Parts: sequence; structure tokens; C-alpha cells
Amino acid sequence: MAFLFGICKMTQHAAILPILIPFVAALLQLAAKGYGIGVQRAIGLVGALLGVVAAIWLVWLADDGMGRVYALGDWAAPFGIVLAADRLAAAMSLLTALLGLSALLYASAGFDERGRHFHPLFQLQLFGLQGAFLTGDLFNLFVFFEVMLLASYVLLAHGGGMARTRAGIAYVALNLAGSALFLIALGMLYGSLGTLNLADVALRLQTPGIDVATARLACMLLVAVFALKAALLPLSFWLPHAYAAAGAPVAALFVIMTKVGIVAILRVQAIALDPATVTTDLLDGWLLPLALATVLFAAVGALAAPRLRDLTAWLVLASAGTLLLAPVFPQANVSAAALYYLVQSSFVAAALFLLAEQIAVRRGEVADAFRPGPRIHAPWLGLAFLLSAASVVGLPPFAGFIGKLMLLTALRDSGDTAAIWSVLLFAGLLLMLALAKGGGRLLWERSPHHPHASTARSGWRRSTAIVLLVSPALLLALFARPVADYAARAAAQLHDPQAYVSAVLGTQIIERERKP
Amino acid sequence: MEAIISIAIGLLTACGVFLLLRARTFPLILGLTLLSYAVNLFLFASGRLRMDAPPLVRDGASYTDPLPQALVLTAIVIGFGMTAYLVMLALRALNESGDDHVDAREKT
Repeated sequence: MAFLFGICKMTQHAAILPILIPFVAALLQLAAKGYGIGVQRAIGLVGALLGVVAAIWLVWLADDGMGRVYALGDWAAPFGIVLAADRLAAAMSLLTALLGLSALLYASAGFDERGRHFHPLFQLQLFGLQGAFLTGDLFNLFVFFEVMLLASYVLLAHGGGMARTRAGIAYVALNLAGSALFLIALGMLYGSLGTLNLADVALRLQTPGIDVATARLACMLLVAVFALKAALLPLSFWLPHAYAAAGAPVAALFVIMTKVGIVAILRVQAIALDPATVTTDLLDGWLLPLALATVLFAAVGALAAPRLRDLTAWLVLASAGTLLLAPVFPQANVSAAALYYLVQSSFVAAALFLLAEQIAVRRGEVADAFRPGPRIHAPWLGLAFLLSAASVVGLPPFAGFIGKLMLLTALRDSGDTAAIWSVLLFAGLLLMLALAKGGGRLLWERSPHHPHASTARSGWRRSTAIVLLVSPALLLALFARPVADYAARAAAQLHDPQAYVSAVLGTQIIERERKP
Repeated sequence: MEAIISIAIGLLTACGVFLLLRARTFPLILGLTLLSYAVNLFLFASGRLRMDAPPLVRDGASYTDPLPQALVLTAIVIGFGMTAYLVMLALRALNESGDDHVDAREKT
């Protein structure tokens, strides 16, 4: 009886399931350490599958548009910590779960044995990512950022080697400095507004009599920290280095990490900064040129990339720059296009990281460098590469084309159309050149010095993972209408800050005594 | 007291940033540690400075805001764990290359 009652009550806990499942999986994996890697793999894959199911359920539940709010420990906001699962958070949670499942499947084919504790750390990384997308509290966001980063530090170094250790030190040092900045921003925010709940921050920014200078500075610092994670231009030099050094499945999962920063900027801008008169102009004037510069910088970097994995890292940066255009124009249609673009670009970049490694193992010592090498006997790899490359540069009929078209159309009335269109289209051309040149070298040009290709086989786990990540380029194009509709509904919900605030704080908003 | 706290935070931050910009891992770690001390003090001060007041609400008695103290506690734990990992990573880099320069190629 109690069990049945529990099932009925389950829907209210849907918001926390995507966070809890990887956490429990990580604990079980640590407990099962003595039983060998097979048990850990099984727990991890079952956990990742359950995570996907929970995320699909959450996407379905969140589509009623009510904005599910989960008060941890039943402490009401703004005194307790809340999770806020709206459509955007649910969609990001599903994207994370799918990328996590594919990367884990790929890693289970042998990558996980190259170091210790891969599986618990992978689950903890998922735990941090899911939490960062679902939380509605800024300090809790900091904690989930740190969980995500700490796991990513270890995963980056997984597999060993000088390159990874060196890239790891720079990455850790930079992110620790970023965390310090994050805490300073939170301290200033708490000092000036007296709250760290996002909905409450939004409300207090609109009340008269606050310390405007401190509040603006705090919000600006917060955006700067998110921009560091999202790799906006002056803060983006770490990304190509770190992503190219990471192991293939780790890099595939890292693709979602820049998106955490982008979604955080998008959400804070739509809910707190834009509706308040004191902060509505905070992103004006500087974010647009920097985002466009990021796109150009990434395109030039892609042209100069010596290996496919470096090229893919630059592609991640290019898509981050493109997506950072969205917070500049806080309108529902821009955010909707950005959400569609984000989903498809994440899948295709992750697929390219895995493909780079599969091509590399077949080419022996030349690996995935853009130099003539032995012929590889795997036509499906070539086909998968062609599909992903065509989608990532935005050629029809793939999802990348639709994403770019939606974004360009949405930005048509932005006032800076000429600059945006020319930069995005020119960068697309450069990326296409880079991929065509690199792909031709990788797959067609043969060198007389390397007559014999390696006979490495991918195995079902690796090929399934690649198929899982490449197929969205087609599926998201085939089912573009329902996905774009969901994105439009998510964006409409995102740009209705009053509904968010009243969902989190309750309909009657508590007027607390203002801090002295 | 405000002056002492602000000078302490400023000094710690300045030293932290200075050390952070050294291109060797040991000063880098020290710099990050100093920076995290500064940040912890700053967070602590964000609940306003008040003397001789417990972080407990009792009727009539003056109290100090308990939330920043909880935040500082969390920040200390996280910062400590991160620094410990960075020390491990730096030691590994030193063992692998015999050099503690962050890029492992010293330019003289």
C-alpha cells in the first residue's frame, strides 16, 4: 500500500531523479570496486540508461508548462534550495543524459581501464552537470559547478601522458581562479540583495532602494564567470588545448560543459537581468562583438588545426561563440533557435571527437594528423565523418543547416544583421574549407611510407556510440518540426520571468524586511 | 574593523594574483591558496561585520547572519579539495618532466 502511494507520489520527485541516479550509481560503483571493472561498467551503463529514461520523463512532464519546482527537504524558497525544472532545464538534462550514455558506452570498450576510478568520476561528472542545469539557486549552482569541474579535472588527466597532465594544470588553475571570481560575485550579490535564489534575485533587482552599483558589479562578475565556462573570446584560450588533450569519450562529454555556461548566461539574463531596469543593459554593447570575435577566432583556429581532434575542439568553440549571440537578444524566437542549434551542435561535436579517435587508431603513427597516411578499411567511418562534417558546417539537409537557418532568421530583425550574418556565413565557409581539407587528407591521400593500415576493429560498443551520436544529425532534421516546437515552447517559458518567479516563490510573494 | 578586513582581503588578493601569474606550479598553488583565503574572508564579510553576536536568532538579542558562515564552510571544503588535487597533478607533472614550469619548456 505504502509502495503504491510512493509510486503515485513519484511525479513530484521527477525533477531530482536525473541528479540522484548518477550520484547513487557513483556510490554503488565505489562500493563495488573490488568486484572488477565489469560490475562497474554494468552499474554505469544501467545508471546512464535509467538517467535517459528519467530525463525523457522529465521532458514529458515539464511540457505542461507549469514550471516544476522541487524544494529540497521541503524548505520553501527563498530559505531553502530549490530545483526548477522548466522545459529548458529538462531538455538540457536529456541532452546531458544522451551524451553521457554514448560516451560511457564508448569508454566501456577499453578506455576506462587506462586509469583508476573512471566510472565513479564519470557518474559524478553527470551528477554535477545535471545539477547545474536543474538548480534554481545560485550558490547551489556554484556547488554543482565545482562537482562537475572536480570530476572533469580527473577525467581530463585520465589515461595519463604529458600532454594531458600539462593541459590539466592550466585547466585546473584557470577554473580555480574562475571559482574564486564566482564566490566573489556571490558574496557581492548576497551583500547587496540579501538572497541567492535566482527568482528572489530577479525580484529584488526590481525593488527600488537597492545598492545598484554593487548589484550591477555582482551580476557582471557572474556573467564573466559563466563566460569563462562558455569560452567567450578573451577567456577561451584554454578550450582548444584542454579538449584536444582529453581522451575521446571524455572530450565527447566535455562538449556539454561549455553549454552549461551558455545556458547559465541565457537563464540569468532572461529571468533576472533583462526584466530589471537597473541591469537590463548589462550585456549591451560588449557581448555581441566578443561573441562574433569568438566565432571568427575559432574559424581561423580550425583552419590552422593540425589534427582532427584539434579541429573538433575549435568547432566546439565556434558553436559556443554562435550560441553566445542568443543572450544579446533576449527574445523568445532567438532563444528557441539557439536551443535547437545547441542540441544539434553538441551531438555532432561529440561524434567528431569519437570519430577522430577511431580514424586515428586505424592510421597507426600518423594518427589523426592531417597528413597522408595508410588507407583505412572502414567505409562507415568515412560516411559518418562526411555526415558529421556536412552537418557541422551547416550544409542541407542536415540538422546543422536547419539550426543555422533558424538562428539567422531569428537574428534578421536584430539591428546588427549585416555584421552577424556576414561573420556567421564567412566563419561557416572557413570551417567548411578546414573540414574539406582535413577530411581529404585523412581519408583519401595515401603515403607510400605507410602502405599497411592497422587492422584495428571498433567493436560494437564504440560503433553503437558513434551511431548514437551521428544519427541526431539526420533525426533532428527529419523531426525538426516537433523539436523546434518544443524549443519554441521552452523559449517562451524562459522569457516569462514572472511565471518563473511566482512558481518558485509561491503566488503570494513574501515581502521580507529589507536588509539594513 | 572594516578597514582591517578590507586591507587583509586586498593584500591577500594582490599576493594571490601576483603568485598566480608566476609560470611555475608551486607559486601557482600558493597563489590560488591565498586567493581562496581572500575569497573566504570576503564571503564572510558579505553578511556584514558584527562584533560579539552569535549566528543564532534569540528573542531580543542581537545576532549575526548565519548564511555567509554556511557558504564559507562550503567554499573552504571545496577549495581545499581542489587545491589538494592540484598539488597531486603538479607533482605528477614534475615527475614526468623533471620541471615545474607550467608549460614544461622553460624559456630563459
